[in-house]
Amino acid sequence: MERKYITCDTELCTGCGLCEMVCSAEKEGVFCPELARIHLVHLDETIAMSIACRFCEDTPCISACPREALSMDEANNVIRVDKMRCIGCGWCIEACDFGAIVLNRSTKSVILCDLCEGRSQPKCVEVCPKKALKVSTFEIEAQVAREKAARALTSS
Amino acid sequence: MHLYHGRILIIDLTTREVRVEELSPSVLKGYLGGVGLAARLLYQYAPAGVDPFSPANPLVFASSGLGGTTIPTANKHAVATKSPLTGLIGDSLSSSYWSLSLKRTGFDALVITGAAASPTYLFIDNDIVHFKKADHLWGKGSLETEGNIKREIGDSRVMVASIGPGGENLVRYACITNDINRQAGRTGTGAVMGSKKLKAIALRSTRPIRVYNLDEVQRLSFALIEKTQGGGTKKYRELGTPGNVLMLNSLSALPTRNFQQSSFEKAENVSGEVLAERYLTKVMACAACSVACGHIYTVPDGAYSGVQWELDYETLFALGPLCGVDNVAGIIKAAELCDYYGIDTISTGGCVAWAMECFEKGLLSGEDTEGIELTFGNYEALLQVIEKIGTRSGIGGLLAEGVKLASSKLGNGSEKWAMHAKGLEFPGYDPRAMKTLALGFAVGLRGACHNRAPGYETDMSGQVDRFRGEAGRGAKLKEQEDFAAVLDSLIICKFIRKCFDDFYTEVAYLYSQATGLEMSPAELKTAGERINNVKKAFNAREGWKYGDDWLPPRLFTDPITEGEGKGTVVTEEELKLMIDDYYQARGWTGKGLITADKLHALELNDSIASLEGLRYGKKVYNL
Repeated sequence: MERKYITCDTELCTGCGLCEMVCSAEKEGVFCPELARIHLVHLDETIAMSIACRFCEDTPCISACPREALSMDEANNVIRVDKMRCIGCGWCIEACDFGAIVLNRSTKSVILCDLCEGRSQPKCVEVCPKKALKVSTFEIEAQVAREKAARALTSS
Repeated sequence: MHLYHGRILIIDLTTREVRVEELSPSVLKGYLGGVGLAARLLYQYAPAGVDPFSPANPLVFASSGLGGTTIPTANKHAVATKSPLTGLIGDSLSSSYWSLSLKRTGFDALVITGAAASPTYLFIDNDIVHFKKADHLWGKGSLETEGNIKREIGDSRVMVASIGPGGENLVRYACITNDINRQAGRTGTGAVMGSKKLKAIALRSTRPIRVYNLDEVQRLSFALIEKTQGGGTKKYRELGTPGNVLMLNSLSALPTRNFQQSSFEKAENVSGEVLAERYLTKVMACAACSVACGHIYTVPDGAYSGVQWELDYETLFALGPLCGVDNVAGIIKAAELCDYYGIDTISTGGCVAWAMECFEKGLLSGEDTEGIELTFGNYEALLQVIEKIGTRSGIGGLLAEGVKLASSKLGNGSEKWAMHAKGLEFPGYDPRAMKTLALGFAVGLRGACHNRAPGYETDMSGQVDRFRGEAGRGAKLKEQEDFAAVLDSLIICKFIRKCFDDFYTEVAYLYSQATGLEMSPAELKTAGERINNVKKAFNAREGWKYGDDWLPPRLFTDPITEGEGKGTVVTEEELKLMIDDYYQARGWTGKGLITADKLHALELNDSIASLEGLRYGKKVYNL
């Protein structure tokens, strides 16, 4: 199974942050961007982008965990958090280059995107009003890039 | 309680005393939040007759009732204070992530009183209030102030609402800016903030928001988000509000050269279509808004090459056609400059246009303007004058007062073309071509305003002769004002008002599911009426008189010069007729005051009579 992740098209993203609100409501039952598994970054007045776990091949979060609370579920290609083992130390949060992991203070364990397992597609992707979010794979994204490049090279 | 917090934070800048007061569910339900709650709290906390620049004038920030959720467009906030521009109620809305942070502070409103001894900013870290020195920020624009505060606190998630040099210099129409380019623009709330030496309010809020029935709120939100991608918001999503330019121009309703004309022969040059084709860089949204109306434009070449700023119709009209300017680069630069100084673009355009007419008619000389050739269409002069207003230097000192005060100081007949009602400069619709709107501008509770008194809805409905004022418009305007008050308090953005089949039924249900406070459609509608009446009660207490509900002389004497409706003026008879009709529809006295019956019907007698400083029936109302 190809590794999937949520990607954001910055051309389409308007910075509304509905993805964060929808995610925290769906997963935690409250509206709270800090408890979302996808996070919006506003760089300036024209650039916004949402970021969720990319399920890296080499997973620094898993390596960083001193208590072996994180593991890659190879069958489903998501990262599992063993809540019994996680103590909320935050090493994985620091290890992640994308800020994709956050701590839920009430459960004292970390949370990250699981692509809304069990749903046909992640809730944020479903709700994004501008269709800026989608579930994709490296292979698909690379092919899109190749086609775009080929089109540009042959259009003149 | 769900969604609401049931408490407000009162901050005294003089004593640095901070206290929490409770808000009952009945007040929250009765005033909803936003403008309604802010107006109610202003009534309560402002001493009667307070000077707008006195430390005792409270500056109230109220959260959106429905904000902090997935309900689209609800992340807004209202600011209310006694306006230094009108001397009556000043209320203004802004939106986005600062509003969301305000909602998540754990308070339904902030009431700021007193004045700091030296420049100060507040940092409210969830519920801890820090008073911070702001001497190093004084004199800076909002953009720089936001960045500095975020760096200083060391957290880019901190959201900042601040004033620019215009607010510091007490320009009477200074605004409060948050999220870089969102403003509580009208009525001079920023000047009141400046008078308190309060540079900014920084918020770090991490509190979760809970609703009464999450599944139902989610279901309704998603359906609404879906609807906001349809025809009801097409205009806002595609060309954005600048699309109004050509539409209003064709209706003889695009105020040009300080309302000397009602259409602009160069409108094509500043149209939404041209902006989209040549200048559009990106369309952005406020927090949790699925519409995205924020059109950001970049100047591609010339002297202002690279200047990037957001324009909406009102800014475009005020700094463009109203000043006779058709140079888009100049307009974008002027908008950026207004936002740097933190001054309302509509009032700024109104003041400059008035001054341009004074200059052309010889009432202001080159000496008065320090050599600036202040003629219509001269965008470089516009830019120079904006700087003078922001710093209150030279002619800017006069123009910083707003057209009402400026024209009474200058005199010589310049009052005739001072285009304001109760001190608030006109927005971009010509009342001669829209008579229900004319009524709304005349009676509007915060002065001339298309947002609070959207009479144009009737004029544009195709069901009336928009060039004629007649009986029946009063009831229509009342309905529209009350609807606007509900939207401004819930807060739901007006740009999705057409996304409902049966607004009061749908939204009363949504409100009930979100807050757990059972609301009927009739109660929601009454809330709108209550909110407008509390604003009226405030105005009556602060010195509003019968006769203040009126329009500037130009509209009665100078007709539409060409196009559809050529020759039309507003007649005193038709305006009087509509005003009488409106007072009657409101259930007020023939002199425009609230009756005892109305106070009882709206349950204002309890709240108002019990409020400090007012004994209803004696002090204010001549019942």
